[in-house]
Amino acid sequence: MPRPVPDIPNASMADIAFLLLVFFLVTTTVANDKGLSIQLPPPPEAMPPDMDIKIQERNLFKIQVNSFDNVLVEGNPFTGSPAELTDMIKKFVLNYGADPNSSDNPEKAIVSYKTDRGTSHKKFIEILDAIQAAYYQIYADNAGVTVKKWLDLSSDLNNPENRRLYDLGRKKRPDGSVEIPMALSIAEPTKIGGK
Amino acid sequence: MSKFKKKAAVKQEIPTSSMPDVVFMLLFFFMVTTQMRETSINVKQQLPEATQLKKLARKSLVAYMYIGEPKKTEQWGKEPKIQVNDVFIEPKDVIQWVNSEKAKLNEFERDQLTVSMKVDSEAKRGIIADVETELRKANARLLLYSTLQKRVEN
Repeated sequence: MPRPVPDIPNASMADIAFLLLVFFLVTTTVANDKGLSIQLPPPPEAMPPDMDIKIQERNLFKIQVNSFDNVLVEGNPFTGSPAELTDMIKKFVLNYGADPNSSDNPEKAIVSYKTDRGTSHKKFIEILDAIQAAYYQIYADNAGVTVKKWLDLSSDLNNPENRRLYDLGRKKRPDGSVEIPMALSIAEPTKIGGK
Repeated sequence: MSKFKKKAAVKQEIPTSSMPDVVFMLLFFFMVTTQMRETSINVKQQLPEATQLKKLARKSLVAYMYIGEPKKTEQWGKEPKIQVNDVFIEPKDVIQWVNSEKAKLNEFERDQLTVSMKVDSEAKRGIIADVETELRKANARLLLYSTLQKRVEN
């Protein structure tokens, strides 16, 4: 006598799977851990008190933003696009003394960025992005890679090949110093607008 | 008449026997990639856009901080607030928070702690600068302004 074949009804399996699928679709959040990375300076107390370094005017590229998000670049109102600002900074950094009003060399060049307490975060990020773009473009050019590749490799420096390209891009000298450091000074905001 | 009765030779149904497999595959994909959010964010989070994004290398070394206008404005007011974990804190509490985050890490990697700041576009620089000053004092100087990828127009 043939035994009845036991079977589980599986017509509803697709429905169950769909239900689970919809649940995960709804609860999933795509993690975005990307952004502009900076390193803050050491605390004010840790700085030597009489460290008044004289910086020549020509080696300083000043960007100021007020509480209405208006931008001053080297003292002049700036209304251009971030890409134009990026080009201006690149020219400033890679001047090598050619223009007497621009930087002596990339090592001395400093980009000074000052905002107001009332400046919006959006504007702050826009300008910071333009400044970083200038440096990353210079680095990527030196290393012979695309900017995107540069950004990827600089977040994983444990890989020796990445390290090599990273040092090549920043033109690290044998003594350990870097020819093109990203000298970005983000000053304490002024207190004119906002609170 | 018989002409019209003729059945089409082509089979018209879509084979559905493989549908559960397809669905299961999708299901596993989402099960693996999903991560439940352990904190609910109580501030507005319209992140700004930027182009020069860097990825965070190791997630275990990241501490998250959210700044923006509270969602419940009738309870908390309209001024941007700082949220960490599940609570609102004041800038002066930042040092304590950093130390508790550092305590979670192994001793040798404590100086690699990165603070990921998720700041609303509308927030002002003032409050962020206050936080930065505290972070400098707490010696947590690696900072990431979390942003979205800006689409590049060609």
